[in-house]
Amino acid sequence: MKRRDFLKSASGLAAGAMVPAPAIWSPAKADARSETLLIVSEGGPNNLDIHGVGTNVPGYEVSWNCYDRLISHEMKSGPGGVPYYDRDKFKPELAEDMNVGDMSATFKLRKNAKFHDGTPVTAKDVKWSLDRSVSVGGFPTFQMSAGSLTKPEQFVIVDDYTVRVDFLKKDRLTIPDLAVIVPCIVNSELVKKNASEKDPWGLEYTKQQTAGSGAYKVTKWTAGTEVIMERNDDWVCGPMPKIKRVIWRMVPQAGNRRALLERGDADISYELPNKDFQELKAAGKVNIVSLPFSNGIQYIGMNVTKPPFDNLKVRQAVAYAIPYQKIMDVVMYGLANPMFGAPADKATEVAWPQPTKYFTDIDKAKALMAEAGYPNGLETTLSFDLGFAQVNEPLCVLVQESLAQIGIKTTIDKVPGANWRTELNKKEMPLFTNVFSGWLDYPEYFFYWCYHGNNSVFNTMSYKSPEMDRLIDGARNAAAIGDKATYDADVKGFVDLAFSDVPRIPLYQPFVNVAMQKNISGYEYWFHRRLDYRSLVKA
Amino acid sequence: MLSLIGKRLMFAIPSLIGVVIVTFLLTRALPGDPAAYFAGPAATKEAVDQIRKKLGFDKPLIEQFFRYTDDLAHGDLGTSLTTGQPVADEIRNRLPASAELTLLGLLVSIVIALPLGVLAATRPGSWIDHLCRVTTTAGVSLPVFFTGLLLVYIFYFQLGWSPAPLGRLDVFYSAPPTVTGFYLIDTLVARDFEAFRSALNQLILPSATLAIFSLAPIARITRASMLSVLASDFVRTARASGLSPTTVIITYAFRNAMLPVITTLSMVFSFLLGANVLVEKVFAWPGIGSYAVEALISSDFAPVQGFVLTMAVMYVLLNLLIDILYGVIDPRMRLEG
Repeated sequence: MKRRDFLKSASGLAAGAMVPAPAIWSPAKADARSETLLIVSEGGPNNLDIHGVGTNVPGYEVSWNCYDRLISHEMKSGPGGVPYYDRDKFKPELAEDMNVGDMSATFKLRKNAKFHDGTPVTAKDVKWSLDRSVSVGGFPTFQMSAGSLTKPEQFVIVDDYTVRVDFLKKDRLTIPDLAVIVPCIVNSELVKKNASEKDPWGLEYTKQQTAGSGAYKVTKWTAGTEVIMERNDDWVCGPMPKIKRVIWRMVPQAGNRRALLERGDADISYELPNKDFQELKAAGKVNIVSLPFSNGIQYIGMNVTKPPFDNLKVRQAVAYAIPYQKIMDVVMYGLANPMFGAPADKATEVAWPQPTKYFTDIDKAKALMAEAGYPNGLETTLSFDLGFAQVNEPLCVLVQESLAQIGIKTTIDKVPGANWRTELNKKEMPLFTNVFSGWLDYPEYFFYWCYHGNNSVFNTMSYKSPEMDRLIDGARNAAAIGDKATYDADVKGFVDLAFSDVPRIPLYQPFVNVAMQKNISGYEYWFHRRLDYRSLVKA
Repeated sequence: MLSLIGKRLMFAIPSLIGVVIVTFLLTRALPGDPAAYFAGPAATKEAVDQIRKKLGFDKPLIEQFFRYTDDLAHGDLGTSLTTGQPVADEIRNRLPASAELTLLGLLVSIVIALPLGVLAATRPGSWIDHLCRVTTTAGVSLPVFFTGLLLVYIFYFQLGWSPAPLGRLDVFYSAPPTVTGFYLIDTLVARDFEAFRSALNQLILPSATLAIFSLAPIARITRASMLSVLASDFVRTARASGLSPTTVIITYAFRNAMLPVITTLSMVFSFLLGANVLVEKVFAWPGIGSYAVEALISSDFAPVQGFVLTMAVMYVLLNLLIDILYGVIDPRMRLEG
């Protein structure tokens, strides 16, 4: 029902409790509506700067749209014809030219690019921003180091509009790492003016306002309530975006987000339960885009340093006892790629993620338990992160039921979101489910974090194997020098080893789901899985 | 009167100190490590330690406590990590949103519950008494979030009468300049009648939700208190003297029945203020309750402490106000005070 219809019916109904809404939108308001994008989601940013302390994932979306980077990715056609970022092709953003040499890369900046306050973007801003990202500590510095970018000396000003990035060592991930969200270019003069001795990088200032050159700028931010962004009409690093204004509202209730979409009040929503996405998809009133997380897997992990999961046979038994298909149907409502049940004769691919050859076979699992010396079963704890209870809770209940059939009695331990990372770091949970997804979409990147013996936070199983380390390091070195044959052999090798040693059991590759009105087009999938407003169009 | 207020406030000081200490210890006892939480999804141990140092959580507890009380003395409640804003600012911005909603809900509730209770008491066993019983039972037995969702479903989703449950104003209106923080008042001050109407429209469903929930205690207490007063000697005397039933009920009985009702009202109000978390969640209301809960979930100490402290101060002030009201309604109370 439209507001105008309401007036008609209200006069008849004499609905005294309801105050009539304005009869007609003033034309200016109607215009505003067609050029404004209303996004609803559960959570909002806690910091507008990705270099800040503890910036959350919604904050990444602001940074992505309000700051530029030297380079970005081209799009290619992804699953279902949806544009999907092309891992291997880069396009200039603030740089108009990139020249990658043997041990350095040189970037020529656009001469006409300006920050939101009108000052031109120059090489000293680029150097300052990259220095900042490798120096502030925490997540941004960590992310930069993943591409062997760790020292301010690596960023050299050649002239006002030319910057050179020196490589510490050959690393295939260096250039891709310059196209992630972190190395964004910040207005150095403006931020320095607002920095203090205690806060030399001006993090307090950029936390509250954007100081970039990007296609959008934040005009109002009420933490936990809304973010309003306006288009930067002087943006030169790409085609002028169609959306003039973005209003991003936090709506904590999933049911209401769905209602807002179905009533046509909100343009885009994400973070709905899988069931809602499935139903919305079936109803066909709104467009649903479901795309697999690049380089992401939900898995069951087992601590291999302690009994009973130090026993390979027990781990295999668990792998044969997981109710894979049920999880796909009941928990994910089909919105995931299965990572199990590959045919026995399928050759290992040079790709990640790829499915294992495990499938649900309770008899085999029971036999393995007996072989392992646990014919009467055992007791253990199954932990999950309450922050993602919507998926984790039903998943763990299904696993619990299934494991009971082979005599493994599990107690479910719900770990509050705030505590999850601490628990992972302790590496004491015997059995748990978790999800990992890497921004950089390379098998060796995933394995380096999740299986390497240097035991990072994400090697949640404390898995250590010299053979595995040899293969992972081999693949990284081979990639850096372009030795394809060795690379392929090593990737296949570590995938095979991960599946036969099975310290963690891959379940599925989750989907990122976005629901939008039919008149919204131009959605692009990015490795960070947040929205890029620049390509969106509202008809 | 002034000495009464002064004495009351003096008594409140030890309890406030107690609240400060207890909330500090309680938040520190929460499971979860804020440093690990805020270090982000890909943090190493060193990164977590760096953040812990930056947040001052590596210091001994006693030192943290003194730093906290020192800041508190300067009016600094700390900074929230989840929203990145100073807690004092956030509470200042969010408290009026909750208060406006709660007060309106309470007002609606009073307007319905008081007459209902009085009528039920004057005609026990009649249809109106049963109506009172049924509505209050239904209201109190429906969980708040359920009533809220139901109202949204019917009035927004199905009928489309109500605006989208998107907080205090339609997204295309801008908030009025802050005078009181209450949008209904501020929009009128700014003479922005369209925004006033939008703010009122946004308020109807959430305040109705709160009203439905708080009907029961008010109506039931009014009824019970009226019944006992109506059965007392002075009412019989008044009736026997030939006073009109209206005068007897309104002037004599109702005024005397007010005391327990006022007490209940104060309890309902403070309860609603804290408990409308769920309503705030359902209607995306930028209030203080949802703020506190989100902070709790992420082990964000400063807002939780700020919230508890604010609530404690509000309780103290509310109790004071009620005591003064007692005196206004019943002179005997004044003498004792």
